[in-house]
Amino acid sequence: MKNNASNRCVLKFYKVDFSFNGTKVLIDVNLEIYEKDFVAIIGPNGGGKTTLVKLALGLLQPNKGQVYLLGEEPSKSCHLAGYMPQYPTGEKGFPITVLDTVLLGTLPAGSKGIFFQRQAIEKARDALSLVGMDKLREKKMGDLSGGQIQRVLLARAIVSDPEILFLDEPMANIDISGQCKLFDLMADLNSRMTICFVTHDIGLLSQYVKSVVCVNQKVHFHKAPEITKDVAKLLMGESCPMELIAHGVPHRVLGSH
Amino acid sequence: MLELLALPFFQNAILAGILVSIACGIIGSLVVVNRSVFLAGGIAHAAYGGVGLAFFFALPAFPTIVIFSVVIAIIMAALSLNRRERTDAIIGVLWAIGMAIGIILIDLSPGYNVDLMSYLFGSILTVPASDLKFMAVLDLIIIGVILFYYKNFIAMSYDREFAKVRGVPVKKLHFLFLVMVAICIVMSIRAVGLILIMALLTIAPFLAEQVSKSLLQMMAISSGLNVGFVILGLFISYFFDLTSGATIILVAGIFFVIFQVTLRIVKTKKAL
Repeated sequence: MKNNASNRCVLKFYKVDFSFNGTKVLIDVNLEIYEKDFVAIIGPNGGGKTTLVKLALGLLQPNKGQVYLLGEEPSKSCHLAGYMPQYPTGEKGFPITVLDTVLLGTLPAGSKGIFFQRQAIEKARDALSLVGMDKLREKKMGDLSGGQIQRVLLARAIVSDPEILFLDEPMANIDISGQCKLFDLMADLNSRMTICFVTHDIGLLSQYVKSVVCVNQKVHFHKAPEITKDVAKLLMGESCPMELIAHGVPHRVLGSH
Repeated sequence: MLELLALPFFQNAILAGILVSIACGIIGSLVVVNRSVFLAGGIAHAAYGGVGLAFFFALPAFPTIVIFSVVIAIIMAALSLNRRERTDAIIGVLWAIGMAIGIILIDLSPGYNVDLMSYLFGSILTVPASDLKFMAVLDLIIIGVILFYYKNFIAMSYDREFAKVRGVPVKKLHFLFLVMVAICIVMSIRAVGLILIMALLTIAPFLAEQVSKSLLQMMAISSGLNVGFVILGLFISYFFDLTSGATIILVAGIFFVIFQVTLRIVKTKKAL
């Protein structure tokens, strides 16, 4: 079994409820994710995938229940996590270079004063090299393409050597070959850290993925996952008949919940 | 022109203009990248309530306005912290009420009637030397605080959620930011008036942002542009006998149009 996740629980949801403006987004979520796991968080749009990640990072507070990140309340341990948000929330016009963006991931260490320490700059450039963006480090963020921005944000997420990495839709804006490269990179990072990534595209579950979390108000965890038509239905809705076509590509079939 | 520079009131006006330009260039850059122009406008106008309080209760003007504006800034910071819906409407309410309180209190103040226009457009030509020292000190405080927390401010302004995850004290910075906006406004209000403050906070930073690669650069360029606008505007207003504040704004406005058109042409040429 290739699932070599160790025994340390790095993320735990216990009876978590979350509503937004009176609408229930997540109901009775119980979830345990162990060290070095490689988790795909899947589910339909509006199903609560991003909410799950934001709860894990302490950006949102549960209405009921508890969340533990690395054994502590997320607000205390979130700086040990890496986070790549879904949309660059910064505006296109913001006056910031690629390198400075990644350097923000080294905060709050050495956060006083104007200049970043040399050590931080070296780390940021290493992270940029890893995602193949070091050459463009002096470019303004607003001049990059969507895919390039994603890569910079990934570098920003990993520059702090996090213990657990959350990626929200990292495959958006990236072409197929880029996606393969990104999966290779994530698999490489997975030897050092737990990875949880959100995707709404089940075509994108690479062979590296060790577990799948299905989120649609309720949350189901699958170890060594497989995909069935039932799951496809859950994801795509009943009205969209679809078949999975596999062509010598490793794929998985999940049983129904 | 040199004779003009020898006149003490004109020297004071230029110095006041430079001090206000620097503060507004720095704070305005933060205001623009944080999309908080409306918040700044709210604080600036509600500050007028402080002017009314000072007159009505015969309190020392500057300290009263400082305290009143800082309190308003803190209330607005609390309201805007989570960026809930309708925050802008509540800011609008405070904006209007603060201003109205100011006007009514001044109406009710015995004997003395200040000219509302002088608070809208300022009276840069009558800035007393004592104000200059006060402004210089506030300038230094603003520069010091911004440089000390510079990286934190970029993190907060660029991506608030990410900054929060990193453990940057985003809440405290948000309050600090708006208190600094209030201080900047108070130090500028007598010299350049409400309307010009808004111009100095927005026009130059908006232009600077487009050619800057860092927030620091944006602050420096904004401050420089503001100084240029103010000095040029002062001379023009003197020679053509025009209201100085409005002249400065129009100088900035004309430059704004020229700058935007030039930038558009340069960009199109590059694209070809």
